[in-house]
Amino acid sequence: MNEVTRNKIKELIEKDEVCLFMKGTPEVPQCGFSLAVSNVLKHLNVNFKGINVLEDNEIREGIKQYSDWPTIPQLYVKTKFVGGCDIVKEMFEKGDLQKLLNIK
Amino acid sequence: MSLKAEEIKILIKKAIPDAEIDIIDTAGDENHYSATIKSKNFSGKSKIEQHKMVYKAIGDKMGNELHALALNTIEV
Repeated sequence: MNEVTRNKIKELIEKDEVCLFMKGTPEVPQCGFSLAVSNVLKHLNVNFKGINVLEDNEIREGIKQYSDWPTIPQLYVKTKFVGGCDIVKEMFEKGDLQKLLNIK
Repeated sequence: MSLKAEEIKILIKKAIPDAEIDIIDTAGDENHYSATIKSKNFSGKSKIEQHKMVYKAIGDKMGNELHALALNTIEV
């Protein structure tokens, strides 16, 4: 990944507290896994930024290297990688996601 | 492109020899799977680290030959 892409990703995750790198948009997800994570966040009324990786191939490939994680979606909270669909769902079920996001 | 459930099992076993693996082909298309993996090697590791171990085992097939692999990793 080049420096420009790395900086672009860094700027994105620093700008919004909750960032979801996904296929499609929160309004129109293009993949079931992206839909699932987006729905969890919506359910919790979390204000999050959806970043559509299908619109930018450098971000799509770059984010996989950035987090050392091979799949999309990827959730970042306060610049930290939280996980993909399975981990986010599991954290939601256990209440850990709510804790991380300060939701009572 | 597709990957057989047996091939996925072999790849995971190679990296995590004690793994007990259950794989379901969720869409019946050899491209969307759900796997439950039990191993002693997961103990003391975060979920991210556990899933990364499985992804590393599958290597660059993940996201290419294999579109989707839902993971449930369990420490034993």
